[in-house]
Amino acid sequence: MPLVELTDKGLYCPAGDFHIDPWRPVPRAVITHAHADHARPGSGLYFAETSGVPILRQRLGADLACHGLAYGESLELGRARVSLHPAGHILGSAQVRIEVDGEVWVITGDFKRDRDPTCTAFESVTCDTLITEATFALPIYRWPEIDTVAADIHRWWQANAQQGRASVLFCYALGKAQRVLAALMAHTEQRVLLHGAAVPLTQIYRDAGVAMLPTEPALEAEVEKKFAGELIIAPPGANGTAWMKRFGDCGTGFCSGWMLLRGNRRRRGYDRGFVLSDHADWPALLQTIEQSHAQHVLATHGRSDILVRYLREHGMRADELRTEFGDEDLAAES
Amino acid sequence: MQAFTDLYVSLDSTTATNSKVAALRRYLAEAPAADAAWAIYIVSGRRAKRLAGRPLLKDALQTLTGYPEWMVLDAYATVGDFAETASLLTEEVRAANACDDQHSLAHWMEQEILPLADLDDEDKKQKLMDWWQRLPQLSAFLATKLITGGLRVGVSQTLVARAVAELADLPRDVITHRLMGDWQPNAAWFKSLLDPDITAETSSRPYPFYLASPLEKAPAELGTRGDWLAEWKWDGIRAQLVKRGGEISLWSRGEELITERFPEVVQAAAALDDCVLDGELLAWKDRVLPFAELQRRIGRKTVGKKLLSEVPVRLLVYDCLESDGEDLRPCGMRERRASAEALAAQADDRIATSPLLDHDSWEALAAARDGSRARGVEGLMLKAADSPYLTGRKKGAWWKWKVEPLTVDAVMIYAQAGSGRRATLFTDYTFAVWQEQEGERQLVPIAKAYSGLTDTEINSLNRWIRANTLERFGPVRSVSAEQVFELAFEGINASTRHKSGVALRFPRIARWRTDMRPEDANTLGQVKDLLSLYGNA
Repeated sequence: MPLVELTDKGLYCPAGDFHIDPWRPVPRAVITHAHADHARPGSGLYFAETSGVPILRQRLGADLACHGLAYGESLELGRARVSLHPAGHILGSAQVRIEVDGEVWVITGDFKRDRDPTCTAFESVTCDTLITEATFALPIYRWPEIDTVAADIHRWWQANAQQGRASVLFCYALGKAQRVLAALMAHTEQRVLLHGAAVPLTQIYRDAGVAMLPTEPALEAEVEKKFAGELIIAPPGANGTAWMKRFGDCGTGFCSGWMLLRGNRRRRGYDRGFVLSDHADWPALLQTIEQSHAQHVLATHGRSDILVRYLREHGMRADELRTEFGDEDLAAES
Repeated sequence: MQAFTDLYVSLDSTTATNSKVAALRRYLAEAPAADAAWAIYIVSGRRAKRLAGRPLLKDALQTLTGYPEWMVLDAYATVGDFAETASLLTEEVRAANACDDQHSLAHWMEQEILPLADLDDEDKKQKLMDWWQRLPQLSAFLATKLITGGLRVGVSQTLVARAVAELADLPRDVITHRLMGDWQPNAAWFKSLLDPDITAETSSRPYPFYLASPLEKAPAELGTRGDWLAEWKWDGIRAQLVKRGGEISLWSRGEELITERFPEVVQAAAALDDCVLDGELLAWKDRVLPFAELQRRIGRKTVGKKLLSEVPVRLLVYDCLESDGEDLRPCGMRERRASAEALAAQADDRIATSPLLDHDSWEALAAARDGSRARGVEGLMLKAADSPYLTGRKKGAWWKWKVEPLTVDAVMIYAQAGSGRRATLFTDYTFAVWQEQEGERQLVPIAKAYSGLTDTEINSLNRWIRANTLERFGPVRSVSAEQVFELAFEGINASTRHKSGVALRFPRIARWRTDMRPEDANTLGQVKDLLSLYGNA
């Protein structure tokens, strides 16, 4: 019997009687990270990496029954031994390792291997079966260095400032926004303004000791006319809303892996697209699969069809797993 | 090529017209004249002939990257642009020290890109593989784009004209005129483009066309019937016949020289005095033939005797822009019309004037318009009797008052991702209607349509498509037959090339009929009944 199976409530481990990132309420839920498609409300007891617990409580309720686990610490649930390992996706994001009678499965959750000063770097975990995300599983996806991207963002901000305009940068409010704030430290010490949605999350990152540019809620700041010269970080959903009117003629940018493609940049109608993803690109996916030494790979969401076909053509056992996970950038936009 | 790459980034990374004009103007001011000429050629959407076909590019890409064909094709379906796909897939084999060479844009075009035409496929492939490894990603993309045709960066001819006019400090219509027609992008041409002497427009060039706007209000709101000239709105090819110093040339609205494709019109024009006439090329045998017939004449550079006799073409003239060297565009419509009539009378009936309608009230005109389909026309044209000949889409002097489109309620059966800007969305749909055969109802495809939905509707339809896909065929998905759409279209022809037996002209989505069930959609029989509207079915 497989250690993890797909049910109508999500990924389920029968030996330990718990779910991983379930999309319906269950008695026991192990959470890889706090993005909305992975952490949903209503379950009885949650398990998450310690630094991710405050984020989970911020999103799902302060009185959430949540058990914190440090990276590498293990827990017995039924016949299963469960531990969490760094996924490098956002603060507190984890891969879930499940061991039953010597057989090991790893669920990557969302992960990336690119540099990110806001969270613990990804660590490879060996296993027999690997359930991996496949959001960007096509060889066109190779992320540029974050330093290059941060320099581009800074240049764009300065160019707008010279023209007396505000710069509104759309970033997913959990993870991406804080990663940008940290990466910009290489270029400036200037204060950045935040949309209300990003304020409490950014504070949680600060409380966890993540170094970032100073920030202030956009609506409380004393600014020059029409926010001239300011950088404002806002969630993509704020684009096109009345909230934007206060900035007048401003530059708009969007940070996402999807911005690698010209068609996406043009269709979205932002002035600038910055290629910055918290997901694994093609080389990172292959490297992770190789280092896991897994004999069987299950690919979920995104371009799992491509990854599975490619792995099979290279002699590996691989299958698709149809989950309800998505991509936070796309979810936030629509 | 670095300066041009920078220009491309500036143009591509803003949607503001003013920023685009400023970027272009800056480039044109700083670049060597030959580079400036090529930049205008490229950004205004002109294109050299295709120097390498898709199979060759695909082959080079697979050889260089080692990826299987299916993967290259899937990457292409995701990206929506082959040159961009190539520049992304080659990133891993790109030399770590890839950098732009010091060669100019003109050097690239004249010494590298255009000479590809003389190479055999193997050499072309080697060149491509070499560039993809040697050039940085963006330059590799641009070079590939230039080989495969044009580069679209949201820059219109008007925008280019604005930038050049600002740079040269000349009126924009002078520049627009100079940008039309056939020219060679080189330093001498660029200098002549900026030439302050604007009296010497002696070439074969046509004038910028004036385009009519759709009439979206009641014609009575235009004022008195007597202040307007009314004609049929023909469904042909808009053209200017230019005769200067006895030399005749024929230009399409797309600024293409089409003289050789319509020899009978050129023959008839031999009898004319020097002039520039604006009118419509139509396939004609006793009456106007459907546009589909005229289309047989379009695709060819030269036409054979058989086609000439099967699909004879005539020019129906409705305006005169120049007579005996004098620019008549500032004159009133009535006056220009009189000149057009006098000139057309010099030729045989292969050049004639488009008749004026003398119905003396808006009501009478509306009644005449209702008979448009039976006449093979699209409706009426209304032209302000005293207005000068304007440029481009400026509103107010010419209105097209088309007949209401025909409509059909059809079921969506396939969805396909768009290309370019819409590559990650399903925006191309195939629609079907019911056909009864031996007591069974089945859906027969009747039209593809691309436009007409709002962004919100496209997004919600996309979610529905993803959740209701039956099968995938490459980029195409069949979906369950549930969603009904009202399609609007300009006309319908019998067709042997379509399974349904009919071809719709300009089909587009009018409404998403969420209130209708699929079984309520129209039948093929009902659609075919529409053929009778044309009187010649």
